[in-house]
Amino acid sequence: MDYLTKHPKTVQFIILLAVFFALCFAVSPSESNILWRLPPLLKQLPYIVNDSVRYLMFDWMPIQVYDALIDDYEEKPLFREMTRTVSSAFLLVINFIREIFLGGNKTIVAFTSWDFINENPWARWPALPWTVIVGWAILLGYKLHGKGLAVLAGVCTLYLAVFGQWKPSMETLSFVLIAAPVSVLLGLVLGIWAFKRKYAETLLNPLLNVAQTMPHYSYLVPVIVLFGVGDHAAAIATIVFATPPMVRLTLLGLQKVPADVVDAGMMSGCTAFQLMFRVLIPTARRDILIGVNQVVMQCLAMTVIASFIGAQGLGSNLMIALNSLRVGTGIEIGVCIVLIAVALDKMSLAWANKQTDYFADLSFFQRHKFALFAAIVFVVGVILAYIGALVFRDGFNYLYIVPHNKGVTTAPFWQATVDWIWDTFFYMLRTFNEFLITSVLVPMKNMYLAMPVAATFVLMMGIGYILAGIRQALIIGAFLLFIALSEYWDRALITAYIASFAVIVSAVFGITLGSICAQNATASKVILLICDFFQTFPSFIYLIPVIMLFGITDTSVIIATIVYATIPATRYTVEGLRSVPQVLHDAGSMLGVSRLQRWVSIEVPLAFPHIMLGINQTVIFALFMVIIGAFIGTTDLGQLILKAISDPQGTGIGLTLGLCVAFIGLAVDQIIRTWANERKKALGLD
Amino acid sequence: MTVNVQQEDARHAVIRCESVYKIFGSNAASVLESSNGVVDSKKFLEAGLIVGVNNVSLEVYQGELLVIMGLSGSGKSTLLRCISRLTDATAGKIIVDGQDLLALNHKQLIELRRNKMGMVFQSFGLLPHKTVLENIAFPLQVKGSSTRDSISRAMEMVKLVGLDGRENYFPRELSGGQQQRVGIARSLAVEPDIWFLDEPFSALDPLIRKEMQDEFLRLQAVLGKTILFVTHDFDEALRLADRIAIMKDGVVEQLDTPANIVLHPATEYVRKFTEDVPREKVLRVESVMDAPDPDEVLGDLRIPMDALVDSVAEQILGEEKPVAVVDSNGNMVGTLHSSHVIKVLFGGRSEATDQQ
Ligand SMILES: Nc1ncnc2c1ncn2[C@@H]1O[C@H](COP(=O)(O)OP(=O)(O)OP(=O)(O)O)[C@@H](O)[C@H]1O
Ligand SMILES: [Mg+2]
Repeated sequence: MDYLTKHPKTVQFIILLAVFFALCFAVSPSESNILWRLPPLLKQLPYIVNDSVRYLMFDWMPIQVYDALIDDYEEKPLFREMTRTVSSAFLLVINFIREIFLGGNKTIVAFTSWDFINENPWARWPALPWTVIVGWAILLGYKLHGKGLAVLAGVCTLYLAVFGQWKPSMETLSFVLIAAPVSVLLGLVLGIWAFKRKYAETLLNPLLNVAQTMPHYSYLVPVIVLFGVGDHAAAIATIVFATPPMVRLTLLGLQKVPADVVDAGMMSGCTAFQLMFRVLIPTARRDILIGVNQVVMQCLAMTVIASFIGAQGLGSNLMIALNSLRVGTGIEIGVCIVLIAVALDKMSLAWANKQTDYFADLSFFQRHKFALFAAIVFVVGVILAYIGALVFRDGFNYLYIVPHNKGVTTAPFWQATVDWIWDTFFYMLRTFNEFLITSVLVPMKNMYLAMPVAATFVLMMGIGYILAGIRQALIIGAFLLFIALSEYWDRALITAYIASFAVIVSAVFGITLGSICAQNATASKVILLICDFFQTFPSFIYLIPVIMLFGITDTSVIIATIVYATIPATRYTVEGLRSVPQVLHDAGSMLGVSRLQRWVSIEVPLAFPHIMLGINQTVIFALFMVIIGAFIGTTDLGQLILKAISDPQGTGIGLTLGLCVAFIGLAVDQIIRTWANERKKALGLD
Repeated sequence: MTVNVQQEDARHAVIRCESVYKIFGSNAASVLESSNGVVDSKKFLEAGLIVGVNNVSLEVYQGELLVIMGLSGSGKSTLLRCISRLTDATAGKIIVDGQDLLALNHKQLIELRRNKMGMVFQSFGLLPHKTVLENIAFPLQVKGSSTRDSISRAMEMVKLVGLDGRENYFPRELSGGQQQRVGIARSLAVEPDIWFLDEPFSALDPLIRKEMQDEFLRLQAVLGKTILFVTHDFDEALRLADRIAIMKDGVVEQLDTPANIVLHPATEYVRKFTEDVPREKVLRVESVMDAPDPDEVLGDLRIPMDALVDSVAEQILGEEKPVAVVDSNGNMVGTLHSSHVIKVLFGGRSEATDQQ
């Protein structure tokens, strides 16, 4: 009893659970019982959204547009003309960058005509020989971070060329090269706006929250309607997806600039403009550049998903390979994506951490060393390409462009490995698969589905109230209400069940692994590096090996999700445990507590809030992955979102579904984040 | 005392504050208006308002070094920020160099800062992405000077604060004392008339702090700026100040010369504050000397009348005979017995005061 009065929260939890189970047993499952399921009052929402978008696209504000073909004015809706203009601008730039890498004539056509091209066979933009790009990558790596990065950049680009993935890789790269700068610019502008105006921050914050928890697929649907299908649409979807972290980090960086620095800028007589661009932004440079890094990573994460709406490059090749179960090819392409991701990640991070050089009295040569080398590489590459043209007289000029699928390939090897695994372990894998599905997943799924809506509300809001307060409880209630009133409650429960299963397993794995590694400084460093490395993989990549092992089943999705979601759990555990101040360790040792006691009574309680933030990330990661997993077949929200992509009525449905997923994530996020931050403050860790 | 005041009146006030208030919180202005200028911090706090500066009136004269003293949270920085208009005062009038500061528009304010004001900050406020030289040149470049001019001027400043050889370092590569030298050089680069320093040496360890104070006195002897100097270290205030303003809860409790503050504390708070201050550090020879007596046999030593007792005590104690006190022209204005010095050094408070 004494214990209970001392821990009122424990009492509250016991009561909450009692009420929850009472409701579960008392409420009878019948469609008319609103304690069991709420009526889908928001059923019309997707259609209303659809109709509004349609109206906006096709009927709103008709304007007169001159059409050269029929030599007359035509009535066209303003909004569609605007999106058309944006689309064609994007397409032009994408083509232009692509042709720098790969050659072609589309850009020239855009400014002249097909007739011009046909009459003038010379009017063709030549590609950069791949040797030049490899050389430049090496140089850039060297300039940014010395030999190590130069080697990495060289190996990555060489791999692309040697394995015959040059063309799709450059397509993907050109796509990143357009999406990333636009996202960075947009993020910077919005971040500055939010920094300058309080109301902008208040406005952007919830939008960013939703945007960062919406599954990738949901971005695709409205983009198709507004911008059509193709590289430009994919670029736009990517930009929408990649901008939020940039806004966040810009804002964060600007807010972190010390007050003294701002005051010093003001007292130096800066105008508002000078203060922003000569004091604030340069001082916040590190955070902003980390934002750039995030943007690049998000762009790569989208390459595969964007291929659903017509992005060319590695992503679409991967989709085709996976669809036709050519796992070997899939692996090879996956490796390419990972290599590009790792190289770009390391380069952009090196750039972020690089200090500006001060050129006091360097000679002309020293100052322009890299430009000179770059020029030399270019000339040498071009000469090599010419020699190549003489050597490989018939067939392909391997020194110019390695044609697609004409490089070395390891696909047969991988295919053989997969076949071997299947032949050898077929029964084992199948047994495991069946066991997992019949004894764990299906019962768990049924349990979730047997939960009356009233019980769910009580449980979630109750936990929210106990851990984070009444405000958070109400917010969570609002999120749940949206889902409950939509048509998708049951689907959402399925998503929740897969995600929570994955989260539980990931958390156990991650916390255990993290705790073990945190005991030792070197092990911590190594595990954090491994986490870094795996985190650069675009999420889709995780599906390749599991498909290889488990085929197309729920198990595959769950295992991929677990692997992916274990990363943040591990990372935050290590970080949390390692950041327990040394003084406390010493104090513990002085008091004569054993290693285990110290761990249980000092380290874990102190690190716990941070570990919970890791679990929060795990939840978000798991949700993302579960939805992506829909691609290989689950029956949750993700599957519906995927369907919505090819549905002409899909916009509203896709968005509503996306919001449902986002709200699940945000509900959990609300509880954990509020609790962890308060706890950290109480422990004096912030 | 009276002589002093007349002298000050004759001098030109560079900064003049009249009933300046700074209250933090929403609708501070209207609450202040309805309270008719009578501000009780406790009551305001209950209403959710924080009183930063409370009815402060003061003047800083040309070439004077005014130190603002007070405990943490007493409103020193806030007052300084009002006077530099880094924040807008809630009420009151601030005249800087004949201009009404609060009436300046944005452009005029920038002009004022670019040409007349310099400021040094407690945590330095250096731009991390610029080198020492670029940091110092920054206010000039902001003004639109050419790179060449600003860099050569910055180089002069580097020499002035003794950082030659380090001009291409980044702030993070410098020690705290060196960083503050950069801060000082930067604030002086535009040759301001008015120099604000907000606890410039607080972040430094005691040895470096002493060294920086000496450096500061050396600079001030050369430059003769009008200075507002914030500190919470009384020793520092005594070493540097022409006059000291002691603040508590946003109110200036007393504004006077160091000696007067120690000898005639205006309020109980100030008395407590100055209780432990060694008298020899504030008393000047003139305030403890005797009138010249022609019959007395004096030693050979001559000491200036405006020297601090502390600085001449050792010499006087070494003399057997009384010593002569002279003014700046070398005329004898009094004599000093070693017994008086002993009283100042070891006697109680009342005796030292009696000597006056
Ligand atoms: N921007 C602000 N918003 C609200 N209150 C503030 C703000 N700035 C200062 N204050 C409050 O005004 C009071 C005076 O603060 P100020 O910084 O002027 O003190 P200080 O004398 O400079 O102290 P320190 O020696 O610690 O620098 C404090 O109670 C502080 O909390
Ligand atoms: Mg202060």
